[in-house]
Amino acid sequence: MTLFLKILSYVGLGLTLIPSVLLFMERITIQTNNSLMAVGMLLWFVTAPLWINRNTEKNHADKS
Amino acid sequence: MSNQPIKKLVGPVKEYEREPVPLAGQKGWRNFLGMYAGEHTAGTEFVIGPLFVAHGVGAIDLFAGLILGNVLAVLSWGLMTAPIATNKRLTLYYQLERICGRTTVSIYNVVNALMFCFLAGSMIAVSATAVGIPFGLTMPTLDTWLPTSLGWVIAVLLIGFLITLVAIRGYAQVARFANVTAPWMILVFIAAALAVLPGLGVSHISEFWAVANEVIWTGVPLEGVSKFTFWHVMFFAWFCNMAMHIGMSDLTILRYAKSWKYGFLSFSGMFLGHFIAWIASGILYAAFLQSSDFSSEFAPGPIAYAAVGIAGPVCVVVAGWSTANPTIYRAGLALQGIFPKLPTWKVTAWVGAVTSLAACFPALVMRLLDFVALYGLLLMPMGAVIFADFYLSSKFGIRPEMAYHKKVSFSVSTFMTWLLTLGICLVLNLGFGVEIFFLGLPGWFVAVLLFLVLSKVFNPKNKEVLA
Repeated sequence: MTLFLKILSYVGLGLTLIPSVLLFMERITIQTNNSLMAVGMLLWFVTAPLWINRNTEKNHADKS
Repeated sequence: MSNQPIKKLVGPVKEYEREPVPLAGQKGWRNFLGMYAGEHTAGTEFVIGPLFVAHGVGAIDLFAGLILGNVLAVLSWGLMTAPIATNKRLTLYYQLERICGRTTVSIYNVVNALMFCFLAGSMIAVSATAVGIPFGLTMPTLDTWLPTSLGWVIAVLLIGFLITLVAIRGYAQVARFANVTAPWMILVFIAAALAVLPGLGVSHISEFWAVANEVIWTGVPLEGVSKFTFWHVMFFAWFCNMAMHIGMSDLTILRYAKSWKYGFLSFSGMFLGHFIAWIASGILYAAFLQSSDFSSEFAPGPIAYAAVGIAGPVCVVVAGWSTANPTIYRAGLALQGIFPKLPTWKVTAWVGAVTSLAACFPALVMRLLDFVALYGLLLMPMGAVIFADFYLSSKFGIRPEMAYHKKVSFSVSTFMTWLLTLGICLVLNLGFGVEIFFLGLPGWFVAVLLFLVLSKVFNPKNKEVLA
């Protein structure tokens, strides 16, 4: 499950950066770029909080 | 309720506030790499990059100044802060207390807390420029110092209230949220810059340098703004975190490092946040200037929205929030040490109120470069005192950590060192026209010299203590 979430998160990060590269290369329009970045943002913020802090919290729990 | 934020922050982990961090409490290099990368990609980056453009920095001056200044900053962390931190493994406050006494540390905490309030206030104002977009708020301009409208004041106070509420009740959640936002934010900075480059005339990467010189960092300041050179950029990049490296605030962080070499891991923050993000936000601002016919409006929210749509202002709000929130919390903790009987949440609430009021004044954003330089300068002398106490005091016949050994709560020599250093810096500034960005370097040497001389004068029995 965590692996699946991580993949979705990284897709979100990809959708944040790659569209602007395509826009720079004039392969997509600015509207498409903005929409893809918004989707990437949602994908990242919905999935990343579910796994990104787990290691830190596990470390804290181990020390207690 | 009074202990909730501390409990949430500290959790089950011991903080070692008045004892060295033991081997079991030390952390690996990955923690520091990520911490520095996250901490230095923040809301301030949306302001600093554009201000370099407004101050007419030339392209070669910017790139060379940032590279050299950031390398010097990394060396300061690696060669000055980290060796002391990993040798002593004490917090800044406790280390200072052992040298200067508890009363001096209390005064230091008040100054520190005030600076934190103003820094957080500038970030609240930056967030307000993004939140205000759907409400058509009148945005501040480069020469705006006072609140622009009633709507601006309401927006700022509302954001300040929400941020303070979170700082009171849920710092741990904010810390976790910051871990989530950091990787996304740096990508938004890069993406936004890439998105606006074609509009500036860059259709191929080979054209970037020509456009950088002719359109972005032209070397010509905006009307009414002072001219910045290579030296301004270099010294700003070196000293914008002066409080943390030369000022030794990061003793508190780096005392957990397994090796002193981890101080060099600050390069992740310097070259992601203080290089890539500053360049990216400068490009964004140049694109805004071109499209707005050199409007004097200075509002990161609308600028980011014009570049990449909704992800832009969300990034501005998140960046501002993730900087302001822990800053308010730290200010609360600093003051709580002075008023130990007051619950932390009450102190934090007062700090939030002061911060929110300060945020109503856009001057905090427009003069952020000066403020950041002042912040570092004010705290730098105490970092110099720690350095001199650690490396030089024994060689000059002065007992290290004198306040601890003599059991005094107020060290005249260190307090005088602080005041006289700042006084001399003021004279250099007002009398000789040395700009605030350049005062840190001579000020540090002055502070070290004053500490050694004054310690000799005010502690004449030092040799007896040594014996």
